[in-house]
Amino acid sequence: MKKPSRSFVRELSWFVPAAVLLLALVVYPVLRTIGLSFFHKNLLTGFNSQFAGLENFARIITDSRFGSSLWVTVLFTLISVTVEFGVGLLLALCASSLRQWRTAVRVILLIPWTLPTAVIAVLWAWMLNDQYGGVNAVLLRVGLIHSPVTWLAEPATAMAAVVFADVWKTAPFVFLILYAGLQNIPRELYDAIEVDGGGAWAGFRYVTWPHLLPFTFVALIFRIVQAFAVFDLIWVMTGGGPGGSTETLSVYTYRTYMRYLDFGYGAASVVTTVVILALIAGGLYRLVVTKYERAF
Amino acid sequence: MKGLSRLFVLACCFAALAPIAWHAMSSLKSASELTLVPPTLLPQHPTLANYEALFQRRHFIRYCINSFVIAAMTSLVCVASASLAAHRLARMRGTVRSAIRLGLLTVAFFPPIVFVFPVYELIRAAGLVNHPWGLILPYSALNLPFAIWLLTGSFEQIPYELEEAAAIDGLSRFQTFRTVVVPLATPALITAGILTFVFSWNEFMFALTFLNVESEKTVTLGVATLSGAFAEEIPYGQIAAGVIASSVPLILLVLIFQRRIVAGLTAGAVK
Repeated sequence: MKKPSRSFVRELSWFVPAAVLLLALVVYPVLRTIGLSFFHKNLLTGFNSQFAGLENFARIITDSRFGSSLWVTVLFTLISVTVEFGVGLLLALCASSLRQWRTAVRVILLIPWTLPTAVIAVLWAWMLNDQYGGVNAVLLRVGLIHSPVTWLAEPATAMAAVVFADVWKTAPFVFLILYAGLQNIPRELYDAIEVDGGGAWAGFRYVTWPHLLPFTFVALIFRIVQAFAVFDLIWVMTGGGPGGSTETLSVYTYRTYMRYLDFGYGAASVVTTVVILALIAGGLYRLVVTKYERAF
Repeated sequence: MKGLSRLFVLACCFAALAPIAWHAMSSLKSASELTLVPPTLLPQHPTLANYEALFQRRHFIRYCINSFVIAAMTSLVCVASASLAAHRLARMRGTVRSAIRLGLLTVAFFPPIVFVFPVYELIRAAGLVNHPWGLILPYSALNLPFAIWLLTGSFEQIPYELEEAAAIDGLSRFQTFRTVVVPLATPALITAGILTFVFSWNEFMFALTFLNVESEKTVTLGVATLSGAFAEEIPYGQIAAGVIASSVPLILLVLIFQRRIVAGLTAGAVK
């Protein structure tokens, strides 16, 4: 057997600190979770591991609470990503037509995105307080509502509230990415469209949109993955309530782990969550890549 | 058209700032004014009592120190180990390099819930529960994929001839890295450091799980779990003051480094 050369060992040593951190705190935890998902490890087993085969996964299929939190997660992701892309795109288009104040706009919009999500949850919970909150006060004054709304106490309004808070924080992120994309489009392309007799819509359809597509795609995948994993916002703002109506997969799994101390089942729901997420991301990748190639 | 788009931008900027301004006003109101119906807009008798209570009766200063230590150390550990790896990765070619980059990208997309329990087991076994290093190490690891990704892109821009010239002058690999590569890549290193700092300052799930002693809490965890001595008695004034006080460092960071933050975000998206 050939002894590894000294230069190879020296080359490897550059990677040691990063590799140790990643192997111990990222790769090992993933493997540990996969392993644990095939075992019972909970109060009933005295926290000893008992081989369970696929029993944890079978339980997921029949667990209506898992089903409902999956539905809440999908709904939350779908609505909030759609709305924040609408707002973010519109904002990027509008802001790029500004001549002054561009930096000020960017700084102001960066603030919601930079604040801790858990603090934003506290902020919006207080804004939406039925008696003393700012939202009801304004709506009552304007006359849009006639009596205070208990936003976080009703399933439908609670869902709307967490989606709204999420959009408030992340539409600025979408804006920043798309705005950066807009800055990269050469002016001459619009001039060419104008020479050919195209209007503003043609400019958007044939210049802006194809150029923005790669930016949109990256931001979209990133935001879908983040929204699907939502935890802080819901945990602090509603705790998953009322009656589980805002309980997402991460929140349910966290309870399974840390409150019900059912580690095997928790691991199985993590594995299932990641598989579902990978399917969604993979499907989207397929969809966009085929579409993207046709666009050029 | 111009007027409408200007109006929309203005409305969004207002929406971004309004709830923060509302909290700033609330934090200056007395307890009795906070429970007026309908609520007042400007504080009638501005008072700093809420901030006094926050800093004197709570562990708020401790929260800030904890958050600062954890976020600063995480930036340091993460950027240092990421830059060493990225330095070699930037000069690598072929399948190993693409495999590493693909692996990093995949890991960056994993939801945090994947890691929280197994990492908790490790941290508990190491005796690091309620200890700053119990968060610094996991935060560094979770930020590594992004940091390596960002820095590899920036190190690739440095002309290889500079490193060759340094080698001819008799500098070792590490000396070259320290005296040639690092100074040239300082902007990217600062960007990676700031984004890691913000992530660590903001993180909630791990802090919630690994810290259960008041004096060890981070600001984010502290503000999210502020409550009264009795369940009915919610200290709204202190909560508003906490929201503002915990946001001020981040708002300052945005004001100073907005260019670098945006550069980091978009670099991550474009490459």
